[in-house]
Amino acid sequence: MPPREGTYGLLAEFETPSDLVRAAQKARLDGWRRLDCYTPYPVEEAAEAIGFHKNKVPLVTLVGGLMGLVAMFSLETWISTLAYPLNIAGRPLYSWPAFIIPAYEWTILWAGLSAAFGMLALNGLPSPYHPLFNAPNFRAGALDDKFFLCLEALDPKFELIETRAYLETLAPVSVVEVEY
Amino acid sequence: MATSELKPGNPDHSRWIDPATGEFRVLEPGQTFKSVTAKISDIVLTPHTPLGWFALFGVGGAVATLLLTAVTWLFLKGTGIWAVTQPVAWGFAIINFVWWIGIGHAGTLISAILLLFKQGWRNSINRFAEAMTIFAVVCAGMFPLIHVGRPWLGYWLLPYPNSMTVWPQFRSPLLWDVFAVSTYATISVVFWYIGMVPDFGTMRDRAKTPIAQYFYGLISLGWRGSVRHWIRYETASLLLAGLATPLVLSVHTVISFDFAVATLPGWHTTIFPPYFVAGAIYSGFAMVLTLAIPLRKFYHLEALVTERHIDNMGKVMLATGLIVAYGYGMEVFMAWYSASHWEYFMMWNRMFGPMGWSYGVLIFCNIAFPLTTLWVRKLRTNIGFMFLISIIVNTGMWFERFVIVVTSLYRDYLPSSWGTYRATKWDYMTYIGTLGLFTALFMLFVRFLPMIPMNEIKMMLPGAKIKPKEVAAGEGH
Repeated sequence: MPPREGTYGLLAEFETPSDLVRAAQKARLDGWRRLDCYTPYPVEEAAEAIGFHKNKVPLVTLVGGLMGLVAMFSLETWISTLAYPLNIAGRPLYSWPAFIIPAYEWTILWAGLSAAFGMLALNGLPSPYHPLFNAPNFRAGALDDKFFLCLEALDPKFELIETRAYLETLAPVSVVEVEY
Repeated sequence: MATSELKPGNPDHSRWIDPATGEFRVLEPGQTFKSVTAKISDIVLTPHTPLGWFALFGVGGAVATLLLTAVTWLFLKGTGIWAVTQPVAWGFAIINFVWWIGIGHAGTLISAILLLFKQGWRNSINRFAEAMTIFAVVCAGMFPLIHVGRPWLGYWLLPYPNSMTVWPQFRSPLLWDVFAVSTYATISVVFWYIGMVPDFGTMRDRAKTPIAQYFYGLISLGWRGSVRHWIRYETASLLLAGLATPLVLSVHTVISFDFAVATLPGWHTTIFPPYFVAGAIYSGFAMVLTLAIPLRKFYHLEALVTERHIDNMGKVMLATGLIVAYGYGMEVFMAWYSASHWEYFMMWNRMFGPMGWSYGVLIFCNIAFPLTTLWVRKLRTNIGFMFLISIIVNTGMWFERFVIVVTSLYRDYLPSSWGTYRATKWDYMTYIGTLGLFTALFMLFVRFLPMIPMNEIKMMLPGAKIKPKEVAAGEGH
């Protein structure tokens, strides 16, 4: 990504989650698409309000789990029948019921790792730097007790003066400009 | 739930009762987002470390040196320094392994199963219960590694292409164990860490010293609380919980297969998997109580870890304890009903043989004492009593594994090969040393990581309720 300059967006601070959700719904209804909310804990209503309904984490998890299942079951079958066949108490070389247990464990292992790392990857984390950290009030409260709505400059409707005036109509505690 | 057993006039108690439900409150009233953040993160971010912390960490570290000494001697001399021999070829190593893994299971149960069941009260205790899981798995995982005799070749357990062209034998429960326990350790660590990432963000923003800012900044991965991130995070947490639930059940099931697959009276029973899992949760909740009761007192967390938590954990222990009691009863019943001479003798010998005292300790600690007293709500909310019972149950569960391993082995089919089992000082040092290691690791956790999940507590506060009218007025739907 090329380095950007100028304004990342305008950040409005709210005191309660209800205020934030109301403001986010209004902004979305008024045609804003490049917007995000920042909350100290998961606020599902805020995600609904900005039109974020589905995410790909379950799909990533499913694919990961199936890969783990297939990988371990084939490994066991290959080892026990071809690579190193052993006669254990006369049981068949391909004793699939016994193979289920390690394959089951690996399904969970791969699915779990996919869920965790897939979630981080989809979120674009780790990203130690983000323009929002430049906002003076963001780090003081975003993960403590304050609720933020950010209208981003990449939205075609964004116009510094007018957007600021628009945000003021949503009754925030404050509106600050966020620089890259 | 009747509140009449508690004196309503007692101001000490009425503060804890939610008038709407008559239940104990999950959190003390009057908490705000800010007070929760401050209370939890200040324990870690304060430059002042309490003297008591140094004392406990010192004791834990000192006791852990026993482990270090015993393991060093073991590596030099081999497993001959332990009491394992014929006929008791499995001794303290497997007892301690099963005991520690079992303790770990309550952490996963609290963090995963209770999350799926939407038990909000678990939010206060899940973080340190998960930490307990991880440190318990650390202690547990050590035993299979050191008992293989040549632990530096422990990686031979894994299937990997090697110059000997030898591969593992996948029909053995001992190999299933390798996959079950390694998966369990990995998923527990991932679940624990992912759960802490947003809280690390909070710590990063509140930290005053550059080292703390850098440290928490690094491990917070740049978490900034975007709701899109939160939704994916919530999905991933739920999925991890959904995956950890069958995992925790499978791990102790596989461990019970180590015994149940062997054709030995006392081991060869189909009741083992459910009874092992219930026993694991029983001892694990006891350990959570052992840790939570001093912690909440010492760090003044009574507002967040309330009597409701203690009470609920008592109920879970009662339920799992009854399953365990059923397991014991079934073992005795099957020994009689099987009409097998060997089964019958094994059970008689377990109860009345030279090591019958261990069965007595087991019955007292796991059944006779807890399962008669835990019914009483007054006792379940008596902090001192619950601490006592947690110690007793942990002792009892250790003896359960001792009874299963030793009393099934020491008098087998042939009287001429009967023997006994007397643990050596190295056995005791290794076991007691892991208790020290566990304590030391847990103290490090308490000092450097947020021990209660701030974001999950905030979700339960009254301030987190979205007022529907206000919202509807904004959008008009």
